[in-house]
This record gives sequence, C-alpha cells and structure tokens, in this order.
Amino acid sequence: MKQVWSVLAAIFLVLGAGPLAAQSPLRITITEGTREPVAFAAPAFVAESARAATIAADLTDVVTANLTGSGLFRDIPATAHIGRITSFDAPVRFSDWSLLDAQLLITGSATTTADGQLVVKFRLWDVFAQAELGAGQQFVGPSSSWRRMAHRIADIAYERLTGEPGYFNSRIAFVSETGAKGQRRKRLAVMDQDGANLSYLTGDETLLLAPRWSPDNRKILYTSYASGQPEVVELDLATRATRPLTALGQVAFAPRYSPDGRQVVLSANEGSNTDIYLVDPATGARRRLTTSPAIETAPSFSPDGRQIVFESDRSGTQQLYVMPATGGAAARISSGPGRYGTPVWSPRGDRIAFTKINEGRFHIGVMRTDGSDERLLTGSFLEEAPSWAPNGRVLTFFRETQGAEGAPQIWSVDISGRNLRPLPTPAFASDPAWSGLIQ
Amino acid sequence: MSISKLGWILVAALALTACSRGENADALFQGQTSLEDEFAAAGALGPDGQPLPPTSRAFFQQVIGDRVFFSVDQHQLTPEATAVLDQQANWLLANAAGTITIEGHADEQGTRDYNIALSNRRAAAVRDYLVTRGVPDGRLTLVPFGKERPVEVCSTEACYSKNRRAVTVVGSAIGS
Repeated sequence: MKQVWSVLAAIFLVLGAGPLAAQSPLRITITEGTREPVAFAAPAFVAESARAATIAADLTDVVTANLTGSGLFRDIPATAHIGRITSFDAPVRFSDWSLLDAQLLITGSATTTADGQLVVKFRLWDVFAQAELGAGQQFVGPSSSWRRMAHRIADIAYERLTGEPGYFNSRIAFVSETGAKGQRRKRLAVMDQDGANLSYLTGDETLLLAPRWSPDNRKILYTSYASGQPEVVELDLATRATRPLTALGQVAFAPRYSPDGRQVVLSANEGSNTDIYLVDPATGARRRLTTSPAIETAPSFSPDGRQIVFESDRSGTQQLYVMPATGGAAARISSGPGRYGTPVWSPRGDRIAFTKINEGRFHIGVMRTDGSDERLLTGSFLEEAPSWAPNGRVLTFFRETQGAEGAPQIWSVDISGRNLRPLPTPAFASDPAWSGLIQ
Repeated sequence: MSISKLGWILVAALALTACSRGENADALFQGQTSLEDEFAAAGALGPDGQPLPPTSRAFFQQVIGDRVFFSVDQHQLTPEATAVLDQQANWLLANAAGTITIEGHADEQGTRDYNIALSNRRAAAVRDYLVTRGVPDGRLTLVPFGKERPVEVCSTEACYSKNRRAVTVVGSAIGS
C-alpha cells in the first residue's frame, strides 16, 4: 500500500489543456440552514483500452457514491442523460447537461499502459459557466489502486466546490461483533469509509474494545482483555504485530494518541479510582494528569496538542472538562441538563463531539470548545462514541437497538445533523474510529 | 432457586451467630462443615444428583452466592450485599486456593468508558469489604467488564438490576 501511494504521489500531473477557469460561481457553502444539494452528472468514464472497461465503470460508480453519500451532491442518473462522453478530450456540449439542470459535470477516462499501469484522468466542469472548474488531473498506479483514485477524484470535487478538505480517501476501524447479546464475540476490523475493502485485524478469542488511529494511520490502539484484564495494546498495521502499551496487570483503557503521535493519553485504574495518564509509547514512562477521586476518563487531545478534553463525575455526574495537556486545573465546559461523556476534539479544532444521556435517551452532539453552541445531532435508545471524519464535517458513531435482540450498527451524520445514515457492515459493528486522510 | 435460597439463609444465619460470638476462622470453618448435612438434607444437589460438597466452587456460586448487586450508577454496598460478602469472606478463607477474581459489571445504560470505570468501583468496593473481613488483599484481582457481559439481555430494569453486579470468581477450591 505504501509503495502504491508513493507512485501515485510522484505522478500527480496537472493536465495542461483547457483555459484556466476564472473564479467560478459554482460553490457549496456549508451552512447551517437547509441546502439544496448540487446536481451533478458523472457520465461513465471513457475506457481508452479494452482492459480498462470494467475499472472505468467502477470508478464512475465510486465517485458518484462518495459525492451523493456526503449529502451535498445529487446525482443525475445515467438513464436521464442526453449526451454521451465518448472522448475525454473532445469539447463538452454544455447544453446537453444544462438541459438536465446539472450544475457540475465530471468527465473522466481510464486506460492501462503496456506495463500494466492504470492511468485515470478527470475534469470537473461548471456547466452554467461553461468552464472547467480547476485543472484536470491524472493518476497513474497499479490497477489495484483504482478505488483510491476514485476517492481522490471525489475528494478533489468536494474540495473545489466546498473550499474544505474532503474525507473520502480514508478508512474506518471498528469492532465487528457476532453472537448473542450476553456473549458477544468481538474482533477488530478496518474498511474504507464507504464499506469497501473490509479486513479483520484480530481474531475474536478475547474481548476487545475501541480502536484509535495513530496520526500517521500506521498504528491502532485498542483495549484488549487478552491478559484477563483490560489493557491498552498497540497494533502495527503493516506487520499486524501487537504489543501491550501498559505494564501487565495494570488496568488501562480509553487511549488516544497525541497529535504528533509521540504520546498516548489514557485512563488507568488505581484501586477504585480511575484517572488520566500520559504514557510514552516508546519507554512506557507515565505521568498522572488527574488526581481527584472521581471517575476521569475518555481523554482526547486538541489538534494543537496543548489541551485535553475529558469526562469526569467530580461534580456528581458525568460532565466534560478541558485541562492543559500537562495536567493542572480543569474547566468544566458542559452545562446543559443530563450527563455528558466520550468527548472528542474535532481535527479542525473548533468543536468537541460528545455523547449526551438525558431523560433516558442517548444523543450525539457537538459544542464549541468552550461549551457554547451545544447542538444535538441525533438521538435514540442507545448511541455513543462519536469519531470525526478527517475534515471535521462528518461524524461516525454507533447506535444499539434495545431488547434481547438489540445489536449495534455504525452510522454517520454531518455536523449540521443532516445526512444521518447507517454504514454497511457484514456483522454487528460498534466503536467506529475514522482515520486521517490517506496521503 | 428456592433451594439455594434456603441454603443461603441457613449459612447466613449460622455465620451471623458465629460473628456475633467473635469466633475465629477455625470455628467458622467447623461451622460450615457441620452445615454439610443440613444442605444435603435441604437437597442442594449438583448436576450429578449428588449433594454439592460445601468446599466446592459450585457450592460457593449456588449456596453462598457469588454476586452482589448495585443501584443505578452506584457502587455502595447494600446491607444485602454485605451479608453475602460476609459469607463469601468466611468461605474464601476456608476453601479458596490461589487467586480470587472480582468481576465488576454495569448495565447498558451508560457509555462504555464510564461503565468500565463504574464497574471497577463496584469490584473495588467488594474487594475492600472482603479485605476488612480478613481476605488477603494480594489474592484479590479486579476485572472491570463495564457493560460487556450482561447476564440478562432485556432492556428494562428487571434485567438491568441483575446486570449491575460484582461477581466473585474462585480460581480453585479445596473441593474443586
């Protein structure tokens, strides 16, 4: 995978053709109110070699699914199209697309070279301005990397229209669950953000919980009961090797990496008390950050690494607090009715996502980092564990249905509360963790 | 169920008497031994139809009672819980070999991390109480399971009240 990406990165060519687009009027502003999705057409990418025919069709489908899945774009299906794109370089007949009220047109091509490399090109068009939207681009890499190329194309379209980074070229680690409610068997799994390329990283012999990505997407921390007690384990994705992060016999859970990946903040138990500790994964050296007799857990770094948000019941109920990353005085930020837990700092730094329990219902919500502007995005019998998409615009979390047949499933929602939808997994799934953008 | 409950009452009654007389562990042990016939008479039988040996883990689980229960979001021991733990302590001192694990559990009405911490508090409350009754601290290990292992799976208080528990698990016992 790493080699694939160095190839892709190296051959990231800007196509010279076409006039430079002036400042385009086609733009999505991500605001709070209701918004019409941008209508777009993505006619089948042109297969320039026979071997590329299947990939060309698949590329088109993945780009389309990504964009429509964001809730910001609406696909005009191929059955409604008037014109056909038969040559990537032929001039576009804008009237074919403006008649359909398509605002955005995506054209592309795929071919394979003599040495088996896949070459994918694409252009974005502002139909009503009759102009190219940014420059076309080309990707070259092994055929097996076609999905990554499709995600990159969708990310570039998202970026050019919203002015914000995309999030489609990313993965989600989660806990796959099977078996009856009282004897769930759990194993660590990872998939692309759209559910493709699922693989299992562990067996289901012992209980495990809550994966967390390292900032470079190369390692995953999780809580394992393999030793009999909950322990924090670090898994290397390339080698699949695991190693305990904390000394054997020490109960620890709820880990997260610091933004530079050099430290891990987690909860550990001493007697009846649960506190927050900073651990150096290289040496195992640890420093205690909280000292109150309350339950202090679920720590999460701010993206600048200077602060930590966590939950504590020092006031009598679960509430959210922010403290310096070196420990010290903590300020409570949650103030509404009910209990607040599982805070996670947005990668953009501007908001904190949380789980709220109020009047017997669970909610996923967001607030500013000082606790103001609290907004609940979803609510149900039981849901928790929000995790941010790399662009800080979308959250994934899991929702568990009630009763003896109750089971967990992963969902996503954008931070305005729109576009709530389940993510497909082959088995029950919980504890989703969204990776950073794959470079 | 009613049989084991009867057995539990008999044991509790005897131990309360023993405690109030300030008897030592040996006397307690003899008291338990003398109960063997009474339980056999009451019909506390194992799966093979034979009376449960009072030194067996099955006896601990079914007759002494291996678990105590907690109120919502609480870890304080109730009077019912401490009565069970008094019996556990006596039995453990007389019959348990090796390490003893105390599993803490929570119902599903909480977030995962918090429930692990809460179930740790519950297990620690049991551990601390058993230590005050003479069980050596070093033999007791805490395992907080949070909401991971419910014994009852409905989503009502009838089930939740059985899931908010701490279970004392004996590694090995004299009577196996």
